[in-house]
Amino acid sequence: MSVPRIISRIKEGHSDAILDVTQFAGDTTLHVKGDAILQVLKELKGEGFNFLADLTAVDNLTLGGFERFVVVYHLLSHEKVERLTVKAHVPEDDPSLASVESLWRTADWQEREVYDLYGIRFEGHPDLTRILNPHDYEGYPLRKDYPRVGRGERKDFPVVERKIGSKSPRK
Amino acid sequence: MRQENLMVTEEKSLETERMVLNFGPSHPATHGTLRIIMELDGETVVGVRPEIGFLHSGFEKLGEYLNYNQYITITDRMNYMSPLCNNVAYALSAEKLMGIEVPRRAQYIRLLMCELSRIADHLVCVGMQAVDLGAMTVFLYCFRLREAIYDLFESATGTRLTTSYTVVGGLTRDIPHGFNDAVIKVLGQVDEVTNDVQTLLNKNRIWQNRTKGVGVITKEDAISYGITGPMARAAGVDWDIRVKEPYSSYDDFEFDVAIGLNGDVFDRYLVRMEEIRQSALLCRQAIDKMPPGEVNVDSSSKVILPPKDEVYNSIEGLIYHFEITMPNRGMKPPVGEAYVPTESPNGELGFYIVSDGSSVPYKVRTRPPSFINYSVFSKIMKGHMLSDAVAILGGLNIIAGELDR
Repeated sequence: MSVPRIISRIKEGHSDAILDVTQFAGDTTLHVKGDAILQVLKELKGEGFNFLADLTAVDNLTLGGFERFVVVYHLLSHEKVERLTVKAHVPEDDPSLASVESLWRTADWQEREVYDLYGIRFEGHPDLTRILNPHDYEGYPLRKDYPRVGRGERKDFPVVERKIGSKSPRK
Repeated sequence: MRQENLMVTEEKSLETERMVLNFGPSHPATHGTLRIIMELDGETVVGVRPEIGFLHSGFEKLGEYLNYNQYITITDRMNYMSPLCNNVAYALSAEKLMGIEVPRRAQYIRLLMCELSRIADHLVCVGMQAVDLGAMTVFLYCFRLREAIYDLFESATGTRLTTSYTVVGGLTRDIPHGFNDAVIKVLGQVDEVTNDVQTLLNKNRIWQNRTKGVGVITKEDAISYGITGPMARAAGVDWDIRVKEPYSSYDDFEFDVAIGLNGDVFDRYLVRMEEIRQSALLCRQAIDKMPPGEVNVDSSSKVILPPKDEVYNSIEGLIYHFEITMPNRGMKPPVGEAYVPTESPNGELGFYIVSDGSSVPYKVRTRPPSFINYSVFSKIMKGHMLSDAVAILGGLNIIAGELDR
């Protein structure tokens, strides 16, 4: 089945969950409400999109969009040699989404990374812990409201007084 | 007789407890900063927890503050084995976002550089794996050849590691005079070294025992874990982006894709060696067919800096130079996003760029092959001996800069 037909069939099956279908630079993107993402991806996997190439998130804080966060799935079909982008829109007040680890094991680490950097929780993930940052780290560094200089990371570092160049106490 | 008895009683009284071992970060076989926490029963590994996150380089956060050409310097630092592949992958994504296609000469030079990087990367991978398993000669052969390839990079890009060779819309400069002859000379060495390495290793009893049947990844696992590149092809996944979704005029070239059957460390080694041969073939074709012409898009596209004599001698050139380089000016792609997958030496390397229409990307995400290939490690490690960890790690070819962003 061709990609437009797969998309129209998914649209029929989940008419209230599909927000939009967009095209840019030759890529098709399917916008899905967060609560239907597992079902949609399961159906897409059944239609031949057997490979989850990439999973990431975008913070739409200053870009605008349906919701604050969007989790982006880059799917690939080995058989059809086609790619499809699926976006799950996640609200700000309760950033949680169903885990797709049961469909693709690669989602295990990639979801942990998204959780680590954006603070989006994945329900049903076997071990949702931070992967890049220390386990007791606070804050989500890739959110747009997290400053580049870091928030409070250096506040309890002892201040070293530089004696070099100042007047010697002996003098 | 007495000795024997003693042995038996001692063995009976030995109660093995499970031991937790920290393998790395500074173990000689963990190149880069890698820490693996292993649970051992005797010498058998029963549980593995890879811990990543030692570099905290913040590449993705930095991408939101650097403009499109500045970010190319970051892509070098993600993979210190084959930085040119990263440069090209990023430039392709940014060009897709802006709807630019670079001239054919630039595409051919990019391809040539990518394939040379692939040779260098695979050589280091095989050499490092060999030295970890005790074959010093192979390591020295491979490393010497890598230096020859890096000399080529130095002559073309000016540096050995942080190449920053591409710009959005082409290349920073054309290849130098006499570069093609130098490449042909190095390719001769490549043939020689690959033959030597395979003669030393392929039928080597120690090498076979250490690698055959070790760290087997099935085809289903390879797809489920998102594994790409030589590791997936060694497991029998017939997927090479250069063939299936050709970019940078790969469709003009003829080469074979190496596929393995067993998915063990030995097959990964064989696939890598064959890929070195095929890359050498591609380099020769690229040099034979290298088209003449420009290496950058037309400067009217408002992406490429104008020629320097125009900048110094005409007011239009000067203004135009300013328009490109000043903060908040520069190239401004339309609002949108682009993802281009490329076949880097370790697998699918893609850059996902989101643009909000300003001169700085809204988000830059790298789809790193090492990070995703590494996720299968704890699965394939279970049940093996501790010493097999070294062989398996070598076959994964982990690049710490890519693993941790």
